[in-house]
Amino acid sequence: MSDATLFDALFGAGRHEVVIDGHFVCGPARLDDTPVAVIGTWDTAAVDGNLALAIAGEVLRVVEADAGGTPRPIVFIADTQGQALSRREELLGLNGCFAHVARCVDLARRSGHATLTLIHGEAVSGGFLAFGMLADRVVALPDAQVRVMDLRAMSRVTKIELERLQTLAKASPVFAPGADNYWRMGAVSTLWESTGGDWPAMLTAELAAARQVAGQDVRARTGAERGGRGLADIVAREVAGA
Amino acid sequence: MNSRRISYFEASARARVAALADAGSFREYCPPAERRTSPHLARLDAPVAFDDGVVVGSATVDGRPVLIAAQEGRFNGGAVGEVHGAKIRGLLERAAREKPAAVLLLVDSGGVRLHEANAGLIAISEIMRALMAAQAAGVPVFAFVGGSCGAFGGMGIVTRLCDEVIMSEEGRLGLSGPEVIETVKGVGEFDSRDRALVWRVTGGKLRRALGEATRLVDDDARDFRAAAIAALSNHRRAPADLADLKAAQAALARRRSAHPETRDGLEVWRALGLPQPEAVPMLSSDAFNRQLHELSAEA
Amino acid sequence: MERFEITLPARAAGAARQTALAGVVSSGNLEVLVEAGQDPATCAIEVNTSAHGFREIWEAVLADFAERYPAGGLRIAINDAGATPAVVSLRLSQAFEDSTGEDS
Repeated sequence: MSDATLFDALFGAGRHEVVIDGHFVCGPARLDDTPVAVIGTWDTAAVDGNLALAIAGEVLRVVEADAGGTPRPIVFIADTQGQALSRREELLGLNGCFAHVARCVDLARRSGHATLTLIHGEAVSGGFLAFGMLADRVVALPDAQVRVMDLRAMSRVTKIELERLQTLAKASPVFAPGADNYWRMGAVSTLWESTGGDWPAMLTAELAAARQVAGQDVRARTGAERGGRGLADIVAREVAGA
Repeated sequence: MNSRRISYFEASARARVAALADAGSFREYCPPAERRTSPHLARLDAPVAFDDGVVVGSATVDGRPVLIAAQEGRFNGGAVGEVHGAKIRGLLERAAREKPAAVLLLVDSGGVRLHEANAGLIAISEIMRALMAAQAAGVPVFAFVGGSCGAFGGMGIVTRLCDEVIMSEEGRLGLSGPEVIETVKGVGEFDSRDRALVWRVTGGKLRRALGEATRLVDDDARDFRAAAIAALSNHRRAPADLADLKAAQAALARRRSAHPETRDGLEVWRALGLPQPEAVPMLSSDAFNRQLHELSAEA
Repeated sequence: MERFEITLPARAAGAARQTALAGVVSSGNLEVLVEAGQDPATCAIEVNTSAHGFREIWEAVLADFAERYPAGGLRIAINDAGATPAVVSLRLSQAFEDSTGEDS
């Protein structure tokens, strides 16, 4: 889905003022009478320092504007091929920029903003870690792709034959690309499988669900319940001693 | 503690823990005898380790209670898989509840373990959330970076969430490793075999000069311990509230405009006004720290 | 990976042993975990190795260890990533020494 079509489908035509500026997207929208802030990346962005700071800056503006009032839900749009690969970005500490974005998302959560990520297009590795994965709920839109690395590259790096990886990928969600794999492992809360539904109503329901789990990280437990991640919850609890 | 020099770079994760903690104080959670090995590595017919490449437990440092996690860089590059990540996350959750004086993260990792890439990526995100929750509960988290794998990928992000980052020049900190950048963007973008360049772009001195590492020490486990003790009594706090984060945002933006074309640490030394930029890689950490201190005193 | 278990006769370990781990699983290296076992007259060893077809050499190295040390009553587990016999012997000795609890 391209450009404004996505936001028309999510909020209804005329009910949002989301602006797409290159790889950055942001703006206000409404769901029924609830104002919502939309912030994210666009067009399979390679997230560099400037884009990370744009996201962080917008999160901070929303938090500041709502301080003392009703914190708006924040809907993050994740469409990223991953982090920008550049010597200059490394030198300037792109990892630190991503950590900063993460802290800003955490501040929003602690300040009472419901947080929800919509994966549109693709969500890859570092670009997804920085903000998308930190929301209280993550929804994969139809045809969304989620991965660390494609199987071909993975085969080269791990020196495991591609055919073997392809066979194993059918049985296990643990390494192969796919939004459904991330669903089974608990990192994607919901898969929206068709473009036909009443998206504004579905989005409203997702935001309510996000509010219910705000501040808790339920992903490992969900992953265990869905049979995709058997050890994370058990081991973490054993070490946590709780 | 030992009175003899122990190279932190060469030491195993367990040796690092032994060198940082008070003698005999370390108690391990989920120890090797429990055999919490990775089922995913086994399924791919790859060797497993009884601790899945990370040691977690409690200890005292200079008499103060801490929780410690140490990644073993020699096992699969310290990479984070499901069990490995869950151990670190669990430790941070324990910290939020028990409120030790600090959590010490001895990072030595290239990031996500590709054999279980999805589990690893999610685990790092869970570590990020648990780390910020521990900080919000008032527990500072200190990262130590001085191993052969440095702190890259998601663990590079985790490191930068910490209140203090203690590095040696040998340690490296970044997001994408030079090999990855070279593979995708070409040798002209980043020549990963030019080791001197790699360190000028990712090494401890650059990170200290940019204020990302809070302390720079020599490659000696005793110095890492001394830095841990110093940080326990007086440490920087990671930005957390709106005012802090706005200031951090401005500082990050300023750095980008202050170094508009910079692609080599050498240019950072020059811009900072260090007396002999070319000689920086040869300086001891003491001499380098002194030069930085003098510059900040002048400013 | 190739996996096998061997139980060797060995002199009783005598003093109480504590769990000990030596080595790291990295290329050309291995980890050796020593724990208390059941039978004081034997040493039970489980090997997981990435190098296939070297069982005879393993048996020789392990038999040598069980002769040299009072390893009776111990259970040993090994994760190997292609270590040479010399490195295997060294790690077995280190883990055994550590299990006597004299280091800390």
